[in-house]
Amino acid sequence: MITLDAIHKSFEALHVLKGVSLIVPEGGVTALIGPSGSGKSTLLRCVNLLEMPQAGSVRIGDAAVAFAPGSKVSRDAVLALRRKTGMVFQNFQLFPHLTALENVMEGLLTVLKWPRDKARGRALELLEKVGMSPKADAWPANLSGGQQQRVAIARALAPAPSVLLCDEPTSALDPELAAEVIEVLAQLAREGTTMLMATHDLRLAATIASDVVFLEAGEVVESGPARAVFETPSHERTKRFVSTLSGGAPIRDPR
Amino acid sequence: MPHWLSLMIESLPSLVWACLLFTIPLTILSFVLGLGVGFLAAVTRLFGPAPLAALVRFYVWIIRGTPLLVQLFLIFYGLPSVGIVLDAFPAALIGFTLNVGAYTSEIIRAVLVSVPKGQWEAAYSIGMTWAQAMRRTILPQATRIAVPPLSNTFISLVKDTSLAAAITVPELFRAGQRIVATSYEPLILYIEVALIYLVVSSVLSSLQARVEKRFSRYGGFIEAAS
Repeated sequence: MITLDAIHKSFEALHVLKGVSLIVPEGGVTALIGPSGSGKSTLLRCVNLLEMPQAGSVRIGDAAVAFAPGSKVSRDAVLALRRKTGMVFQNFQLFPHLTALENVMEGLLTVLKWPRDKARGRALELLEKVGMSPKADAWPANLSGGQQQRVAIARALAPAPSVLLCDEPTSALDPELAAEVIEVLAQLAREGTTMLMATHDLRLAATIASDVVFLEAGEVVESGPARAVFETPSHERTKRFVSTLSGGAPIRDPR
Repeated sequence: MPHWLSLMIESLPSLVWACLLFTIPLTILSFVLGLGVGFLAAVTRLFGPAPLAALVRFYVWIIRGTPLLVQLFLIFYGLPSVGIVLDAFPAALIGFTLNVGAYTSEIIRAVLVSVPKGQWEAAYSIGMTWAQAMRRTILPQATRIAVPPLSNTFISLVKDTSLAAAITVPELFRAGQRIVATSYEPLILYIEVALIYLVVSSVLSSLQARVEKRFSRYGGFIEAAS
């Protein structure tokens, strides 16, 4: 379980997160939705401390880091927390000087100091899982966006993190390529991978999220089970946001 | 055999010897040490505390703003006045190392910055420390971009080592001067010296092409928009 408590984050004068508290249940997929600039990406990046909050605390399982103005957190605490997470970026950010396979192996070799053979075995398994084993030896520059993102998902999963953080995982992709990434994420969701994702892609959120948090101007407006938030939002603001995104049509496919 | 040709052949061994014994070692040693200095200087400027970064800026300012020949004279002829007496070769080595350090620090700083910030984040996201991210993710990418400008520095350095003649290092150019002093054939000898420099820098240029090719094996960089 991930617990964020009263997270505050400012960039100079801009107060981006105003005391956000959030619980991400284990085995579920929590979608962070909200307009541009609402702070959802920043909140996500506060979970693995790519952004350091000024106040509040982050706990993942037994690793916790608390922030307060003027106090410094230890490097080891940051690393311990970060190593419980994996992250998928909007722009993939594969290492361009490594092949697909080497990208997935990198964390296992460098951080976890696994022997090469063992890392290779694990990486091949993960590439298989995301449907990229035929391209194991390809350079990132020779892969499509959707393929790069699937390799990036395998890389993030390699050290078996407690939570997979996804920052707009499909928004740099055209719909067809986005679909192959959504399929992989949906499969992971069915297998019970805990995920927290920031997204504007309502198709993505509606397909795989079990819980939804609606964020606006650095505050949580509404949160709850995905079905409830999408179909019967209790706040006017959420209602408007959900209807703009779906263009008035029902979001959930009748399945 | 014409006179000029026999003179060239006669003087070739001592010129090549001076090149092998002084010009090339001075070039390679000061380049390698200078790269180390340049890397430390660049990292200090980018990531170090403000006072140290200011000190590095001061160092780069002094070295780039004064002639190399003056720096060499200061080290070899000037420092003895404060009790620091150096042999010619170590004096030249220090001078060239400081010079290479200042120029390459600017190159290294620029290429380190040119690696997208998202690559640092990707490295951190899989749990790397700063040092691991630098060594495994940033440096390999920065190195590739740095090869052409650093090769430039290296090739200039080969020729710049001729300035060491002025502080009595018996390298290639000084060896040529000595033969001129007895043969009175400056045109022939200095052409020969120039040709040897030309051969050495051509060999280095072809090495540069090989290194660049090796680094280009992974194709173009992915556009990183973040």
